[in-house]
Amino acid sequence: MLAIQILTYVCVLLFLGFIVGRVVKYAKTPLHLRWELYPVAHEKGRAAYGGSIFEELEWWTKPRQVDRIGELAEMLREIVFLKGVFRHNRPLWYFSYPFHLGLYLLVGWLGLLFMASLLFVFGIALGGGWFGYLVRYLVAICGYGGLGLTAIGSLGLLARRLGNRDIRRYSAPVEYINLVFILATVVTALVVHISYDPWFGAPAAYMVSLISFSSFDVGSQLPAGILVELVLGSLLLAYIPMTRMAHFVSKYFLYHDVRWSDEPNQRGSKIEFQIKGNFAYRMNWQGPHIQSGKSWAEVGTSDMPKADDSGGEKAKEVQA
Amino acid sequence: MKGQDVRIKDVGKNEGRLVDLDVGDIPKLPPPYDNWQDKPYSEVSEEKRSRMDTSLDGIIGLRLPRPKSEAEKSELVAKFLRGVEKLFSREDNWTFLQPFLLAMENCVKCNTCADACPIFEESGRVEIYRPLFRAELLRRIAQRQRSPVAKVLGKLTGADIDVTWEMVARLGESAYRCTLCRRCAQHCPMAIDNGMIAREIRKIFSQEMGISPPELHEDGTIKQLTVGSSTGVNQHALMDILEFAEEDIEDRIGMKVKIPLDKAGADILIMHNAGEFLSWPENLEAFAILFELAGLSWTLSTDLVGYDSVNYGLFYDDIQYTRVTLAHAQIAKKLGVKKVVMGECGHAHKAFMAVGDRMWLEESNIPRESALTLMEDLVCNEKIMVDPSRNDFPVTLHDPCNFVRSMGIVQPQRRVLEKICPQFREMEPHGVDNYCCGGGSGFAIMQSNNFPDWRMRISGRKKFAQIINAFEGKMDPSINKYVCAPCSNCKGQIRDLLTYYDAWNRHHILYGGLVELVVNAMVDVREGFLEWEFH
Repeated sequence: MLAIQILTYVCVLLFLGFIVGRVVKYAKTPLHLRWELYPVAHEKGRAAYGGSIFEELEWWTKPRQVDRIGELAEMLREIVFLKGVFRHNRPLWYFSYPFHLGLYLLVGWLGLLFMASLLFVFGIALGGGWFGYLVRYLVAICGYGGLGLTAIGSLGLLARRLGNRDIRRYSAPVEYINLVFILATVVTALVVHISYDPWFGAPAAYMVSLISFSSFDVGSQLPAGILVELVLGSLLLAYIPMTRMAHFVSKYFLYHDVRWSDEPNQRGSKIEFQIKGNFAYRMNWQGPHIQSGKSWAEVGTSDMPKADDSGGEKAKEVQA
Repeated sequence: MKGQDVRIKDVGKNEGRLVDLDVGDIPKLPPPYDNWQDKPYSEVSEEKRSRMDTSLDGIIGLRLPRPKSEAEKSELVAKFLRGVEKLFSREDNWTFLQPFLLAMENCVKCNTCADACPIFEESGRVEIYRPLFRAELLRRIAQRQRSPVAKVLGKLTGADIDVTWEMVARLGESAYRCTLCRRCAQHCPMAIDNGMIAREIRKIFSQEMGISPPELHEDGTIKQLTVGSSTGVNQHALMDILEFAEEDIEDRIGMKVKIPLDKAGADILIMHNAGEFLSWPENLEAFAILFELAGLSWTLSTDLVGYDSVNYGLFYDDIQYTRVTLAHAQIAKKLGVKKVVMGECGHAHKAFMAVGDRMWLEESNIPRESALTLMEDLVCNEKIMVDPSRNDFPVTLHDPCNFVRSMGIVQPQRRVLEKICPQFREMEPHGVDNYCCGGGSGFAIMQSNNFPDWRMRISGRKKFAQIINAFEGKMDPSINKYVCAPCSNCKGQIRDLLTYYDAWNRHHILYGGLVELVVNAMVDVREGFLEWEFH
């Protein structure tokens, strides 16, 4: 048992390490040029048709109205309902949605187990009162709902990846491995709990042991399937952030730092300060028109080689 | 090989042309063009094929020189791989590092982008034009190059590819089969931008290998920075053109207008795409008439770079983009104007106001705005008087991608058209969901070899279908029709489309900007500013 507990600790640490590493990597990139894409969700009164403050006469004299509620609502529609997939790729949504919803429920399931276990470790047993029953039933709903939906979704996504020629062509073996890994983990858990542990007592006890750094002792009748579930679950936790499945982290940056990043640059602003810093970077590009080794500021204001006149005539013909 | 059968692993093969394009694959157009027969793509001469790479699809866009020896091939591959590495460096690529890194590491390959792409669709779903194709190829190359895990487990991740010259050449050429319209990015649930990846590939070729389409580089940004304009118009030629414009205004409407030049402290510095001066002087003239009659304080710049708002660096090269942007900012600062107004050019709007926003620093951070919002103010707030009956013919609006998807300027141009054109009708889809004209990212000026064949048959076909759908029921040639395209590059592409499909002769479909319609409707201007002549 100790070996499995150590494995879980290591996997949790790997999960956190890789996630934090990913966040830091994206967050520490230098401020880039604007590259927003409309509609931008926080454009007050304009997000519905994709408008921006650039539609205003002398827009810089008007207060910039950022609709954080609208942005939050759009984020929720995207996170909770996968709006983008629903709108633009409905056949995918039929499987992707249960898959993601299942994962959300499993995150909720883990959260509930963690909370209940923490209370238990601190001597607050939920017992048989209404709150105890509520948690017990919520754990069951999230657990079975999450496992079931994730199983249906991952099976559907796997079938779609195998069955759709366009997707199959661009899928590497790792994409199938990811789905099979998830499918195997959730199906194992489903079978085990339906057969032996319908109220998720073993995972709850395991969570308590992890939080309290105590041994995991649930008696001699612990089925082997539980152990398999714990090992697979732990390994999956560590594996996810090493793959593109960790796109839940990246999506924040893709939306907030790129797609919706429309804050104008003003004199004396933080943006201006950051960009001035970027202009001091020395570039190493080797193209013939570039003075390699000089800063962006130097190259950006440097003279260009003279072009011959025949090129100009040619350009004139091209334009005409 | 048939376009629909190509796979990523085929790209590195040294077996001649990867895809044989077939006009039979292209979807049919709506009536009355449902029986339209496209001529096959023209082959470039053998002499050109011996000099330039045609191994992707037989079309030449990049004009990639063919290496003469194996050693030269190896050297080019090494340069390319160095360029890939630099895209991941903050010193070399701070401009786009974060969006690039995110796009490279997080695509889940759901293929949602494919159905958003008009090029992929109108080619008959040729794989090399699938938005994912070139992005995924670059991902696999980068993985192979950079990830120690991929070196060992490459087969699992798809990174078990050998980077050959053939692969590099085809990837480079394929970056010029995307108009950077960003429709795929808009549809991507992950917000991954395959158009931006195509642009990053172009950057490797230009910034590291010194290879780019001459129309964009030698005859584009270099010409602009050294002669003054990408059109080749120098300052002396500019004076002749402006003199001609003043005379032409008098001929057209019997009114004398003096175009103000280098007027320090003016309220407005207007910057036009200098392509207007040569190809559509009526656009420049219409702005001059409008501004004079509206009583605005305005000026043009005659400084080097200052009379040409284009910035082709936006299409292929961050260093050239930076140089042109900084030059524009210095000119605005020198004149001490209150604001810079962008004429009808989509990519210049984006280069000045959105992408370039963070490069206009300190005192040179002069505010910039769109001529579309200024026109909306003049027309809709009745600062000029208009007679809509002068524009009583069917008008449809092409939305330049840079205005809508990249900047969110959607309504002003519509409010103006609704006020001055009684028969205005939308294309479908429109606004931020629009389709590119097919000439975006520099394609409209890439007129050499057989590239225009591809532009007319594939990249512009969706737009042409939209145009004829918008004029459904009005296709009789006795009815004059007008496609309003408030962007120089889009106008160039639409001119070529209407010529290729013979739409002026067959159906009297003309094209032009927005300001021409405004001036045509102005009651203070003699009737007939708009001339129904195709050019």
